[in-house]
Amino acid sequence: MTAPATSRPVPAARARRLPGWATSMLVVLVGLVVLSITATLTGQLQLTSAGTAQAAVQLLLPILFAGLGGLWAERAGVINLGLEGMMILGTWGAAWAGYQWGPWAALAAGAVFGALGGLLHAVATVTFGVNHIVSGVAITLLGAGVTKYLSTLLFLPVSANPRQSPPLRGFDSFSITPLTDVLDALVRANLVFVTDVAGILQGLLTGLTPTVLLGALAVPVTYLLLWRTAFGLRLRSCGENPVAAESLGVSVYMYKYIAVIVSGGLAGLGGAALVLNPGQLGYLEGQTGGRGYIGLAAMIFGNWRPGGLLAGSALFGYVDALQLRAGGDAVHALLYAGTILAVLVAVLWFAQRYWLAAVWALVAGLVVYLVYFFVDTIPSQFAAFAPQIVTLLVLAVASQRLRPPAADGLEYRRGEGD
Amino acid sequence: MSRLQTTLLPPLLAVLFAALLCSIALLISGDNPGAALAVMVTQLGAGTTAVDVINTGAVYYIAGLAVAVGFKMKLFNIGVEGQFRIAACVAAIVGGLLPLPPVLHVIVILLTGMLVGMLWALVPALLRAYRGVSEVISTIMLNAVATGVIAWLISPAAFGFVQGNNISTPPIAPTGHFPGIDLGPSGTIFGMVFVAALLGVGYWFLLGRTRFGFELTASGESPTAATAGGVEARRMVLIAMLMSGAVAGLIGLPEVLGREHAYTLVAPQGYGFTGIAIALLGRNHPAGIAVGALLWAFLDKSALALDNIGVPREIVLIMQGVIVLSVVVAYEIVRRYAMAAEQRRVAAELRAQQQPVAEGAAT
Repeated sequence: MTAPATSRPVPAARARRLPGWATSMLVVLVGLVVLSITATLTGQLQLTSAGTAQAAVQLLLPILFAGLGGLWAERAGVINLGLEGMMILGTWGAAWAGYQWGPWAALAAGAVFGALGGLLHAVATVTFGVNHIVSGVAITLLGAGVTKYLSTLLFLPVSANPRQSPPLRGFDSFSITPLTDVLDALVRANLVFVTDVAGILQGLLTGLTPTVLLGALAVPVTYLLLWRTAFGLRLRSCGENPVAAESLGVSVYMYKYIAVIVSGGLAGLGGAALVLNPGQLGYLEGQTGGRGYIGLAAMIFGNWRPGGLLAGSALFGYVDALQLRAGGDAVHALLYAGTILAVLVAVLWFAQRYWLAAVWALVAGLVVYLVYFFVDTIPSQFAAFAPQIVTLLVLAVASQRLRPPAADGLEYRRGEGD
Repeated sequence: MSRLQTTLLPPLLAVLFAALLCSIALLISGDNPGAALAVMVTQLGAGTTAVDVINTGAVYYIAGLAVAVGFKMKLFNIGVEGQFRIAACVAAIVGGLLPLPPVLHVIVILLTGMLVGMLWALVPALLRAYRGVSEVISTIMLNAVATGVIAWLISPAAFGFVQGNNISTPPIAPTGHFPGIDLGPSGTIFGMVFVAALLGVGYWFLLGRTRFGFELTASGESPTAATAGGVEARRMVLIAMLMSGAVAGLIGLPEVLGREHAYTLVAPQGYGFTGIAIALLGRNHPAGIAVGALLWAFLDKSALALDNIGVPREIVLIMQGVIVLSVVVAYEIVRRYAMAAEQRRVAAELRAQQQPVAEGAAT
């Protein structure tokens, strides 16, 4: 069985004019400017408030961990649709260890439980060659079942509720005080743009927990491990061309196993991050709510790269935080930001002489603006799935430019290369 | 091994393996697996359980067929879940708002369901056919979108109908009820059970006995070969996905038309994922899917009976999960074994043919 042929676009031949880090900085800067303009013109100050940024960090963490999990597996050529199930296992494991031995044990147990799910996925897909998507769906079903069973068995006597863990202790949060005080003063100074940037930065530096730091570390560590070491090169070669890797003496099975187990562990950490969220401590049945899938979407949004993945999960976390804190009106204001962004993109494409694409961007901007103009607020039910809509749009528009690992999702058997 | 063995052995092994694993889990948690098994079997004679199994089985059967249509073309329609929920919701709204004469009313509701399911599947179908977007991701995203749209559709601001603490779609008038077979104290068999059976026959005929079915399966097995044979792969992707969506649109309707007569906020979810499991269990064969659907429904109903004797009902979920995972592994092992046996047989035959030739050359 082979997985459905995903798009295999030709990599863009255009030479890069700016190094990667500069482009990312530029994108972040443009994003901040657009948000700042929107916040000023629409009066939706929550768009750039410290509270929103802080909530966004907590909400992006599970998505980020899940996405990194997806990245590890897919870079080794295994599609991991079981991320959701491994995350569920992680939430349960974290809560179970957490209420007994504290938050650090919760993190460790979350990772271990997730890794067990990953091991199962590796056995099914690598050793037995089961279709990756089928195995992923099965593991998600199994993960939900196992946690429900274990909750009834172990949580029910303590918490008197089979769907909930007993209360557990979270991490003490801390802030980088001297800096946040300066930023606070800047926010109060009420200067255009400066206030907005300071607000967001203040949010990012307040209410930090070890989980947040772990997430912030996981991205560069993943990048260094996968792109700057021999280990990473071998692992990625298993995802690009396993037969060639095998001919060079790489033990493809072993690397795939490592990748998928790490993938499960990261997804489990995502579950632990959910359980240790200071706003809502503890295990609650169904609390993952499809975040494993969103992590996968963030990874695709980020073109199978750690930096892009971070941007994707930040986007999802931000929209989520905004609609939770400020509701439909603030998300409505995002449409305005979308219009500005579309116009900017159109100008950029005109300058590069992509005439057709630029016209389409303008049309899209116009449509978004019309929606903004004629609708007063976005119903909360719609605002809740804004991330999914964004993912669909990105896939529809940019799927030709995305480049998944060449052997992603394909079955590989030792010694059967041609 | 004969073809029958390679088909029947894996699911049997998977069920046995799952039973074994669950027995161990029960023993560890201090329950008696024997008693659990006994109560699972005897429950069928009690109350409405047998009829419930058939009714739920019909729902699962439709779900399995919806998924299997996509699987036949190697399309992973994970979105059956979203398609069926939004279709059931919109069909219930249309049924509740339109006053229509008896038979026509039901037909309109059924067609609405199929149409909405199809439309919800159209997005991933177009994205896959024209933009090369994997249908797995796009349908997962659309499942979440469907949840939001349904929440809005049922809200009082849109079509919600508030009755006490419950919000649902406007209730469907009796003209839009699908009559069932009343078996007295044993319950009522949904009329939709027969629609499900008809769907199964239609599936068997269309995919197994027509040129279209052959082209569909062929383009799933090898798109390049099918294209060489004059089948347009893109068109096949669209058709398979839309058919899957249309069938998915019917999944929620046995309950809407036969029992609830409205779509509520707490309407059951997860049938789409169950359908994936059942299609895998039944290997996309209409009869296999039927067995899988009934087994699944039977296990579902066992949860209640197990609860009554103090065994955690969630053991059923573990059993179902283990069955899916081990059945796919078992199919794979048997396939490899059969293939190796085939290779040995062919090699032996070739040797037998070559020997006289080699001897002839020597003389």
